[in-house]
Formats: sequence, C-alpha cells, structure tokens
Amino acid sequence: MWEYTDKVKEHFLNPRNVGEIADADGVGEVGSLSCGDALKLSFKLGEDGRIADAKFKTFGCASAIAASSALTIMLIGRTLEEALEITNEDIAQFLGGLPKEKMHCSVLGREALEAAIADYRGVALPMAEGEVVCECFGVTDIEVKRAILENDLHTVEDVTNFTKAGGGCGKCHDRLKVLIYEAREEKAPQPIPMSGPKRMTTIQKIKKIEEVLEREIRPALKKDGGDIELIDVDGNFVIVSLRGSCSSCAKSQTTLKEYVEKKLREQVLDTLVVEEGK
Amino acid sequence: MSKTIYMDNNATTMVAPEVFEEMRPYFCELYGNPSSMHSFGGQVGQVVEEARLRVARLINAEPEEIIFTSCGTESDSTAIFSALQSKPEKRHVVISRVEHPAVKNLCENLDNLTGHKHKVTQLPVDEEGMLDMEQYRESLSDDTAVVSMMWANNETGVLFPIAEMAAIARERGILFHTDAVQAVGKIPIDVKKLAMDFLSISGHKLHAPKGTGVLYVRKGTPFAPFLIGGHQEQGRRGGTENVTSIIGLGKACVLAGHYMQKENSTVRLLRDKLEQGLLATIPNAMRNGHKTERLPNTANISFEYVEGEAILLHLDRFGICASSGSACTSGSLEPSHVLRAMGVPFTAAHGSIRFSLSVYNTEDEVDYVLEKLPPIIADLRQMSPFWEDRAKIAGGGSCGSCSCQK
Ligand SMILES: Cc1ncc(COP(=O)(O)O)c(C=O)c1O
Repeated sequence: MWEYTDKVKEHFLNPRNVGEIADADGVGEVGSLSCGDALKLSFKLGEDGRIADAKFKTFGCASAIAASSALTIMLIGRTLEEALEITNEDIAQFLGGLPKEKMHCSVLGREALEAAIADYRGVALPMAEGEVVCECFGVTDIEVKRAILENDLHTVEDVTNFTKAGGGCGKCHDRLKVLIYEAREEKAPQPIPMSGPKRMTTIQKIKKIEEVLEREIRPALKKDGGDIELIDVDGNFVIVSLRGSCSSCAKSQTTLKEYVEKKLREQVLDTLVVEEGK
Repeated sequence: MSKTIYMDNNATTMVAPEVFEEMRPYFCELYGNPSSMHSFGGQVGQVVEEARLRVARLINAEPEEIIFTSCGTESDSTAIFSALQSKPEKRHVVISRVEHPAVKNLCENLDNLTGHKHKVTQLPVDEEGMLDMEQYRESLSDDTAVVSMMWANNETGVLFPIAEMAAIARERGILFHTDAVQAVGKIPIDVKKLAMDFLSISGHKLHAPKGTGVLYVRKGTPFAPFLIGGHQEQGRRGGTENVTSIIGLGKACVLAGHYMQKENSTVRLLRDKLEQGLLATIPNAMRNGHKTERLPNTANISFEYVEGEAILLHLDRFGICASSGSACTSGSLEPSHVLRAMGVPFTAAHGSIRFSLSVYNTEDEVDYVLEKLPPIIADLRQMSPFWEDRAKIAGGGSCGSCSCQK
C-alpha cells in the first residue's frame, strides 16, 4: 500500500482538467503503455500570452493522475516562460509530497509540459537527443543527468525513483553510477585543488588506494589464493587487475564491485569506480 | 467505508471464528511449552500432536510426515535446501518461470547462498499459463537434484499437472517439491496417490493465523533441517513450536476438509459469475490463465488501457479488496513476472486485477462488485490517452525507444 497524502488522494479521486483541448496551441505526449505510465498534455494560450486552459489525459497509477491534475492547475495563468520554471519538485510539493518510489510521476508531468511547449514553438526536445542509457524504460543520459542535478540525487536507487532508469533488468546500473559521478562533478564549482578533504590530486588518490589495497584488500584476497594489482587511476576510475584464483573466478565481478569498490569508497573517496583492465 | 468486501484470499484469509476459538485457551491459560517435563506443558504437547494428525488427514499423509514451520516461505526453503544437501553431487534445479518469489528468488540466489555454482532451469509457460510436458521431460538430466513446481499459481490460480510431473521426476530418481500453498484447502489432495517428496503449506491461506506453515516430507525421503537448534519436531526443525497457531492450523484443516465440496461448487459458481459478469459488461477485458485448469476461487482479469493501482484505489473506496499485477503494485517498475511469462501484452498486464474468493463471500458481494467496477473502468478509460487511439495500438503497445520486453 502506498502512502499518499490527502492531496494526492483528492486529486486522484477528483482530477481537474481531464480531457483534450480540440484546438490546442501545444500538445505534449510522454511515457508509453508498456512503461506503465503516460501523459498527454494540451494547452491553449489566451490573448495575453498566458495559458488560458490546460487539459490532460493520463494512463497510470494514482500519483500519475494526481500529478497531472496538479500540473494543469499550476499551469493555468502562467506565461510559457513562467510555466517552464515549474520543476518536478514543485509538482510534488503542490501535492504535499509523493512517496519517493513515485517521484517519476512528477518528472513525467514536467516532461509533458516541456514537450507541449516545444510542440508550440516547433522545436525539438533536447531530451530526445541524448543517448538511451536504460533500454527497459527508454531513458536518455540527458534526462538522467538533469534529474540528478535538479533533485540532488546520490544513488542509483534515487535515479530509478525519479526517472525509472535502472528499474528493469538492471544492466545499466554501472552506467548510472558513472552518470551520477559525472553530473555531480560537472556541477561542482571548478576545483580549487585545496578545497577540503574530498578533493584529492591523482597522486594523493593513488597513494591512498595503494595503502588500502595493501593493508586490507590484498590480504583478504590472498586467503582465497587470489591477488590484485593497481593498473591505473584515471579521474575516479580505478583500473585494477585480478590475479591468481580471482582471475578465473566466476564471481570476480562481484568481488570487484561488492568488495574492492566498497572498501575504496569507504576509505578513499566515495565517488571511485573500480573497473577491471586486462 | 462501512463494509469490507474481501476478495483477496490468495493474499491472506480471515482466521475462521472456529479456529480462533480453538486457539484461545492456549494463550493465557494453557501456555506451557510442549517440550517441558511437567504435565502443564505436556498436555499442550498432546494437543500439538492432535493438530499434526488433523493436518495429515487433510492431505492423507502420516502424522510423522508433517513438520510445522513458521510460514510457506520457510517450508519452500527447507525443502529445496534439504534436497540439495541430500544430493550434494548434483547441481541442477528445475523450476518454472511463474514460481512464487519464495522459490524463484531462492533459486536465483543459490550460488551465493550455498557457495556452489548451480544451474537453474526456469521452464516457460504458454499464454494460458500452462507448461509443456515434453519440455519438462527434456529439462531433466542426471545432474538434476530437485524439481520445484508450484501446484496452483497465486496470481492466476492456474494448476500445474503435479501428479504427472512428480511421477516423471521419481522415475528419474529426482526429488520433487511442490509449493502447494495456494492449493491446499482449495482442491482435494491425496499424497498417497502422488509421488512428490516435499509439499509446502501456509496456514494463513486457509483461515489459520499468519506465521505458521507445514512442510510435508515423505517417509523415506532424506531430510536435512533448515533451522537447527533444539530437538523439536524430532530434530527436524529447531525452535519452540508456535503452539497456538499450530492448534489453529489443525482446526483450519478440519474445516477445509469440511468445506472442500463447497469451495468447488458454491465458491466456483460465485467466481464464475463474477468473471463472466465482468467480461460481459466491460469491453476490452480478458481472463488471464487457463479457463478450467484453475483454482475454483481465483479470477484474474485484465482491463486494457487502464492501470491496476488506479483501479484498486477506486475499489478501495467501496471497501472492495483485490490485488493487481501492475508495475505500480508489484513493488517494482515492471508488471508481474507471471503475466510477463505468459506473454500478456503490456496493454493488458498493467491493468490486471485478481479477485480471490473464499467460502465467506456471498452472492450479494459479487453483485456489488459487478455494479461498482464497470463505471470505474469506464471513468479511468475516459482519462486514458490510449483509449480513443486503441485501434492504432491494438495488441502490442510498444513505444519508440522503450523496449521493456519480457
Ligand atoms: C504460491 C505461494 N508460495 C509461497 C507463499 C509464501 O507463504 P508465506 O507467506 O506463508 O511465507 C505464498 C504466499 O503469498 C504463495 O502464494
């Protein structure tokens, strides 16, 4: 049972502005049947350049319907510029919050709005141009990065809750981790090397990584007849090579991610990504 | 919300009033430990043995073949681990793609849990949820340690031909477990006429309390305990018995035997009335699962172009309890693995609703659902962007870049 606020329930049971505007100025359609939620938003501008009417049709769960209803109410009376300032967080807040697993419903609303305005202006959507990261739900890297920045997301689970990316087969999880790192890195003010303990030069990083490998990781692997070698550190990518029994072990990937990467993140830098180089 | 119309009996059931009465004295008065030497505890031990006999009778087993556990999930784990331990040289397991997570998730994690590499074959099902027996035969090999097949599917109610499957496994010297959690109490079962080695039961699916289960282990089948501790259950399951619930389960099994006829006549008729009524009055609706090879109490129906959670929440306003296989309710972002395995199109899988009845449902309740549900579907469809365009997307529903396939 999802915990919905009274406002979500109210908008789900009595949705406002359901339908389609016959002579709409802009129409945006996002989502799909197979993905489990979809939203078609249409709006009409008034003489004064403000949105005079907005209507929606939604296929989806209670929160998708409520988010659509909320969006139309927020839109009416705004200019297009003002409308574009609405974030998914605003939609969620209007409803008194959404369960975190349902945040993607608010993202869907914002995307439909952008699609409708792009349709009115006759321009292509920037989102569609990215590279698809999550095959299961057709989510692009641009969408993922944007959600990360706008909502201050830290984990793959967060990204899934907001964009659905990674919620199917799970194959893209590593790619999502890299995107989280990249997005957060790009956002960070340009590094002034001395600012705080979490900014390290590559040399510092290598030294710390070697230390942890030597002190903890290598002895543990050696117990099982394996070994590990550091090959390179490139930004946050730590390239290692597994040796001995580890190299032929079917679980070496798990060892790398679950153990080596975890340890290094704990003790060196929590943005490190460990990869195997041969 | 005044009345509750409970049609979610495959999720859990009401504790029957007779069951509750039977349990009552064992909380505050006769609370002894059945293992104690004093007669205050010892008398409880006798009642537990009486309960064991009652459970055994329902499936025509011997009381020594009944092990009490804490739930259906524990029974499933116990059976599968026991089978693997007794055939340590064999590393192949056969299950179906539609097993309950208690079996499916366990088998998908066997390597991590046992520290040994296993091969797990998950047999596919057809669009009616049925297995191909030829494929089943071919899946068995000399390396197969155990087959675990659910008797009745919790989502669709579809019944697998367990008698035939167990016989084939025995012929090949392979251990056979059936998760009969949804079958026991709903269809007659006689283990003496069957060849399975293990059979799992869960109390709360047949009007006993939650947190009690049974594993039937055929006499002569090698067994390794899952919970290791004291000598309870003759050393086959450590841990002080959940005495009150076991007593309740014993009574529930007596009642289930008593109601078996009713389940397969009255309940079946109610289910059929509900199902046929909904299919007749609501366009673009279809049944999921084989029409006849099915539990008498379960109806799983898909309403195209609408989403299950939305339907459930509207039903909830009228006190009607059911469940759905939609993504939003499955706790993941994808619809139920059972419906996907059956190849139910996405247009329909997201809008699937399961009604599961019991002997406590009435015809009035069925009529009430038949009255309330059609307008709910119609309203949601009015709101669905796909409803008017359905001719264009009939049958599939794929979208540009999205490839959420099976
Ligand atoms: C087919 C099946 N197996 C196992 C279980 C698990 O039973 P329990 O809840 O007692 O662990 C269930 C219950 O949902 C079930 O339907």
